[in-house]
Amino acid sequence: MTHVAIIGNGISGVTAARHIRKNSDFDITIISAETDYFFSRTALMYVYMGHMKFEHTQPYEPWFWKKNRIDLKKGYVHSIDFDEKKLNFKNGDILRYDVLILATGSKPNKFGWKGENLDGVGGLFSKQDLDRMEQFTKGIHRGVIVGGGLIGVEMAEMLLSRGIPVTFLVREDRFWGNVLPKQEANLIMRHMKEHHVDLRLNTELAEIIDDGNGRAKAIKTMGGEEISCGWVGLTAGVSPNISFLKNTKLETGKGVLVERNLRTNIPDVYAIGDCAEFRVPLKGRRSIEQVWYTGRMMGETVAQTITGNKCDYTPGHWFNSAKFFDIEYQTYGLVPPNLSSTECEFYWERAKDNLCMHFIYDRSTRTFLGVNTFGIRLRHHVLDGWLKESVSIDFVLEHLKDANFDPEFYRQYEEEIVEKFNNENGTSIQIRKKSWKRILKFVN
Amino acid sequence: MKSIKILGLILLLGAFGLFNVLFFLGEFKVSDKGLSQFIESKRIKSEVFIKDAQTLINQSFDSPKDLSAKILSFAERSHQYHRAKINDLEAKGVDQSIINTEWGKVIWLKAIKKHGDFSYPLVKASGYGFIVDHKVLLFFLTFGIGIIGGLMFVLTSFALDGPAGIKNNGIFQNQATNKGWIAWSVFGYLIWFYLLLYFFPDYLVNMIYIVDPISEILNGGSASQWFLYGFMYCVFMIVMGIRMFIKYRHNKYQIVRTISVLFFQIGFAFLIPELLVKFNLPWYDFKNSWPLNYTFFFDWNINQLLNSGNIGLFMLVWGVFLAAVIVPVMVYFYGKRWYCSWVCGCGGLAETLGDPYRQHSDKSMKAWKLERYLIHGVLVFAVLMTGATLYSYFSESKEFFGIETENIRFWYGFAIGSIFSGVIGTGFYPIFGNRVWCRFGCPLAAYMGIVQRFKSRFRITTNGGQCISCGNCSTYCEQGIDVRAYAQKGQNIVRSSCVGCGICAAVCPRGVLKLENGPEEKRILEDNPILIGNDGVKLRED
Ligand SMILES: Cc1cc2nc3c(=O)[nH]c(=O)nc-3n(C[C@H](O)[C@H](O)[C@H](O)COP(=O)(O)OP(=O)(O)OC[C@H]3O[C@@H](n4cnc5c(N)ncnc54)[C@H](O)[C@@H]3O)c2cc1C
Ligand code: SF4
Ligand code: SF4
Repeated sequence: MTHVAIIGNGISGVTAARHIRKNSDFDITIISAETDYFFSRTALMYVYMGHMKFEHTQPYEPWFWKKNRIDLKKGYVHSIDFDEKKLNFKNGDILRYDVLILATGSKPNKFGWKGENLDGVGGLFSKQDLDRMEQFTKGIHRGVIVGGGLIGVEMAEMLLSRGIPVTFLVREDRFWGNVLPKQEANLIMRHMKEHHVDLRLNTELAEIIDDGNGRAKAIKTMGGEEISCGWVGLTAGVSPNISFLKNTKLETGKGVLVERNLRTNIPDVYAIGDCAEFRVPLKGRRSIEQVWYTGRMMGETVAQTITGNKCDYTPGHWFNSAKFFDIEYQTYGLVPPNLSSTECEFYWERAKDNLCMHFIYDRSTRTFLGVNTFGIRLRHHVLDGWLKESVSIDFVLEHLKDANFDPEFYRQYEEEIVEKFNNENGTSIQIRKKSWKRILKFVN
Repeated sequence: MKSIKILGLILLLGAFGLFNVLFFLGEFKVSDKGLSQFIESKRIKSEVFIKDAQTLINQSFDSPKDLSAKILSFAERSHQYHRAKINDLEAKGVDQSIINTEWGKVIWLKAIKKHGDFSYPLVKASGYGFIVDHKVLLFFLTFGIGIIGGLMFVLTSFALDGPAGIKNNGIFQNQATNKGWIAWSVFGYLIWFYLLLYFFPDYLVNMIYIVDPISEILNGGSASQWFLYGFMYCVFMIVMGIRMFIKYRHNKYQIVRTISVLFFQIGFAFLIPELLVKFNLPWYDFKNSWPLNYTFFFDWNINQLLNSGNIGLFMLVWGVFLAAVIVPVMVYFYGKRWYCSWVCGCGGLAETLGDPYRQHSDKSMKAWKLERYLIHGVLVFAVLMTGATLYSYFSESKEFFGIETENIRFWYGFAIGSIFSGVIGTGFYPIFGNRVWCRFGCPLAAYMGIVQRFKSRFRITTNGGQCISCGNCSTYCEQGIDVRAYAQKGQNIVRSSCVGCGICAAVCPRGVLKLENGPEEKRILEDNPILIGNDGVKLRED
């Protein structure tokens, strides 16, 4: 029987295993050095904050794996013999495979800062990172977070939930500037201040200062300012976790290089999720996509290929979501941080309630290209359908009520949004009532 | 602000402490008048009991327990005396009418009901001294201060917990909400209190005295243990409802729903029934539907309604119409949430007092299995019991397939009505979550669940592929539904047990869930393995 070994028990590896099981009788082994069972990495913050216990982040009960005949093996693979199709474990174990899926995920970036390996300094990616953070943030008077992205703001929320003041260093002139347009970044930065985050823009870390016992006691910025703290969070992005694969037959760049069908240069070896890098990036996408959803889709896709239904990885329209303290964010399609000359924008905001919507459309054809929404939930099926059908911005606004996904009784703002658009653009779009018929057309 | 919160907590604990100290206090003396009223209302003919009881007159007791024990032991003694005498008379072969007279003197005590049915009224009538003389003062010191303290405690969250939003910080790190010693103490206390309430209400008379003044205003009579319970129920729901208003001030669904349960509890379950009694009409809760309201078809209830003129007749018809038409039709349009988390009293308490414990429901597959057996078992039990009752009512036979109807009713009332819905239902809150009864026991929930599962417009829609499997929804589902299991597969949640509290949708950090009513078409999505957003995978047709 074909034996599929999967290194990595994250969303991509587990999704691949589930779908291989659905379509075949292959033997399946999932390997991880991190935890016994798959857990949701995105939920680590809630464990620290006391919203959940760690076991709540595990989507499947332990019996699930046995029932589906998916073997779980805990251990660290320190090298791979690609010719003999053998995995060598740190403890000396050896595991043979017929097909190998690399789903090894990411690790937090470090940039060689002085003091980056001290106690009281850490990123947030793994369960072990969480445990370290738990250990070193007890009773501290301040945390400093370096790197203004999603994990940084999550870490800020975590520390503040325990009453630990936070200084947040952002190298750019705005929060998450490589993704968010300035309007949204401003909204989020205002909200962070509501939560008493001490936000420092245009500020870079110079070094982390040792207290003499191997533990961080302060940081120094490039500007020379010293900030005393008990914890330094390094959240300046992540990169593929592939150091054990370097200098082997496997071709790697930043990540494991793969084709559209997720194959590496070695037959029967695939890479998916955070650790995969496309040799040729898909149109309009990055060559490494480190998000949950893409990991899942790659898992779905590679499972088809391995079980004989050869598929290329073809993600549909981009979507993503996050939460910044109390503000939920969703995005559908492409909303660039800075407009190109062919793009037009329409921005609506209700500052008092931390709500905004930001639409992007084509200047000449008026085709709807994407939307960012903060504080108002939108319906994925409808947005995906509109993007697929390349409808116009006018159509989107006319049918905006179809897309609203907020809980019942919430105040709705579609009229206000459309009125603003009409005023700014001299249009006379009339908003239509929500239609289940139109909505369900997009659901199969 | 923090100190106001702490002061509030101190006041609350002080008032609560005083309330419980009352349990150990009090002075009791049976009066001539009290005794004769008791004898009259219980239609006691046993001269042995009366003689014994008269020795109690002007004798002081410093605990209701001691007095109760005396009363019950006299009753027991008289029971034995008369039974022996009957045997004697029968042996002598005297005239049957003499034996019948003797039978009439026998006092019957039902093991678990004797405190409530027999000794309670006499104990209640015998209190004197400080507590009875200072009901209003004590009311203020317990309920009054307790409410003020409770409000100080919950209202300060408004300022302390930061801007509006989901604030579940520390829930799994706190002794009160993570099954710590505080939770276990509350658990023990609630069980103790419910056991007393159901089976030893005469021990609680000191606490009942202090709500007498309110009872007199509302229904014209002095308070019963059920009045105290109803009143406390409303107080807890109001204070904890205000906590909900603050905690979910960003979520209109939660606010409207909480207003609704408060309205139905205070109006329909408390004020209206008490006022009905004042006007000599039957105590009637218009929203309490059979089979949750399992006594509805009991002969005494039917007879009472039939004897209460047009209004009674209306109540009877309404009760049948509610259970047979309104309930299923509303479930079809809105899901069972219209009842369970908008109207119901049990649900109301669970959603207010029980909210801090919702995370303790068991999400395992095993628990789901147990749930299906238990809740449908109770539904079958309730239907059979009602069938037996009605059969006996119309056929005037005391038996149903060889089992005494009275016995079936007694066991239902004891096991389901008291132990399951009360002692377990509420007592288990701090450890097993706030909807143990609603999930595992309530026959009305089972009935509505069947409708909701198979014929309803209600569903929780999953927002395409946006789920990140974080687990907040499942953790905070009070009904133990593994919401994430559906959401991460892009499936809608259509489950008979969902009470539509909306908390899963509220806590989801990615906006994945929406409770809504819509066409039945595409309500239940097939177990589609490939989520929206992945356009590359074309499944083989096989
Ligand atoms: C705090 C945080 C929040 C996030 N929030 C979001 C979000 O809101 N939305 C979103 O889309 N994405 C989010 N992400 C990103 C998302 O979690 C990742 O993209 C996703 O988990 C990657 O999954 P994966 O399966 O590729 O790898 P991983 O989940 O990283 O799994 C890889 C596993 O492989 C193991 N492994 C690696 N090498 C070896 C070896 N040699 N031997 C044995 N085991 C090995 C690792 O220990 C790890 O357990 C977040 C990430 C973090 C850290
Ligand atoms: S599924 Fe959601 S709405 Fe239904 S009971 Fe659970 S938490 Fe409440
Ligand atoms: S809370 Fe939302 S994102 Fe988290 S598992 Fe549930 S549906 Fe998915």
